[in-house]
Amino acid sequence: MTFSRRVLAPGWTRQVVFFVGLLAAWQALAWIGVWPEFIFPSPLGVLRTLARGFQNGTFIVGMAISMERLLIGFGISAIAGMLLGLALGRIRLLDETVGSLVLGLQALPSICWLPLALLWFGLSETAILFVVVMGALLSITLATEAGVKNTPPIYLRAARNLGARGWRLYALVILPAALPAIITGMKLGWSFAWRSLMAGELLYAGLGLGQLLMMGRELNDMNQVVAVMFLIIAIGLTVDRLIFAPIESRVRERWGLQA
Amino acid sequence: MRQWDSEQYSVKLEIRGVTKIFKSKNGALTALDSIHLDVRAGEFVCLLGPSGCGKSTLLNIIAGLDKPTAGEVRMDGAVVTRPGTDRVMIFQNAALFPWLNVIDNVAFGLRMAGIAKAERQEIARRFLRMVHLSDFERAFTHELSGGMQQRVALARALALNPDVLLMDEPFGALDAQTRDILHGELQTIWSDTHKTVVFVTHNVREAVVLGDRVIVFSARPGRIKQEFVIDLPRPRQIESYAVVDLSRAIMSVLRDDVLATELDPEAQWLQQIEERVVGDDVL
Repeated sequence: MTFSRRVLAPGWTRQVVFFVGLLAAWQALAWIGVWPEFIFPSPLGVLRTLARGFQNGTFIVGMAISMERLLIGFGISAIAGMLLGLALGRIRLLDETVGSLVLGLQALPSICWLPLALLWFGLSETAILFVVVMGALLSITLATEAGVKNTPPIYLRAARNLGARGWRLYALVILPAALPAIITGMKLGWSFAWRSLMAGELLYAGLGLGQLLMMGRELNDMNQVVAVMFLIIAIGLTVDRLIFAPIESRVRERWGLQA
Repeated sequence: MRQWDSEQYSVKLEIRGVTKIFKSKNGALTALDSIHLDVRAGEFVCLLGPSGCGKSTLLNIIAGLDKPTAGEVRMDGAVVTRPGTDRVMIFQNAALFPWLNVIDNVAFGLRMAGIAKAERQEIARRFLRMVHLSDFERAFTHELSGGMQQRVALARALALNPDVLLMDEPFGALDAQTRDILHGELQTIWSDTHKTVVFVTHNVREAVVLGDRVIVFSARPGRIKQEFVIDLPRPRQIESYAVVDLSRAIMSVLRDDVLATELDPEAQWLQQIEERVVGDDVL
């Protein structure tokens, strides 16, 4: 076995080598000092800003406020999206009318709802929540609808045979059967909600990570800008990899959708 | 050996002139053509015919998942119009719910019937014991083999204590050894529980091993072609000479229809329709 294969063989080793190399190159460029620090920050500067932000609590407060908005907005979207998707998937008249509206609205980037929300709700929490909900709601609705429409008929046949009728057929058979699609929709919805929230906080809204990002720009503090960007990436990756990905793969395995 | 005596055994299912025509944009498809059949209480009747000959359609109609175009099915004298837990169907691919573990699958019908949790778990355990799966009550369906899944499906159906079991090629997807074992267990369970069984299969020997009567269907449109009374002693073995000889005789009746069905493009279409029937009052 050659040296390079021994060092780089497993996937994560390659990634570690790549990122360490990238950081080293970045730090080296910063030390050379071609650009001033407010244009080109250094990794060490970013790290110092991160440490300070966590010590004095501003980053923790910012993250907490953004996460609170996200959880409330996403929670509303998840419940409303599932109910709406269930209705669209089972009632043809609704599908032909409201369904096409949902599909059409999906083409609108959710941040475009912000001016409307500001006129309706003023400079309030409600306005930003509205944008987050519009970001996640449609994709959760469409995924639920697809999952419900694609419910394997065998589950319905079996359930009907065993005496399932009415709302219990929906709650105990059709929704669980659609769960793999719903989870995929939630994952997608979450990332839309996260993007909408950041866009909304950048344009307007007190506190939150988006606000910290803008504050960095106003203070010409490039270290803060990059530090907050790292935080946003970290939260996005954490939720995606540590929450949605394991649930998704477990559900898909149990539902017999992958080996 | 049982002797069928109309005074001693009541008629459980009466199938009276059942005709089924599916209409679609490709035209009309006659699945069943005036079927007349009586099934006695406690009888094990096998419907044998090539795949796509309409025998699954008949089972759907008996289950109340589909309605006949003409004719009617009566159970204990009452016309069947919708699904009921006095007739429970068992499917080829078990159709267990992957979001429930084994015991909750078995208890599902009892839950729909409004039976309290403790009681339905106790009933479910009893039937899991009957199919020898007591050790797997917390398992999920993806962890079970095909044969184990069919045992769970059988327990799930029996837990509702239906009068009639409707079995739609339940062992069709299993390997031969597993199938033989389940044939033996099904015969034991049937003789212990005195259920009426209507069993659809395209496997001639399976029909002979299990059935009191084998009803041979023609190629589509499905008609009853011939009826064989199987009075071999039980339990029967699939490799016994008597079974093999009788199977050969039945196969000679069936052969032309199997060939005709293989060349019939609409037989496959019919199978797809049969698999999608869920009853029209779901919503």
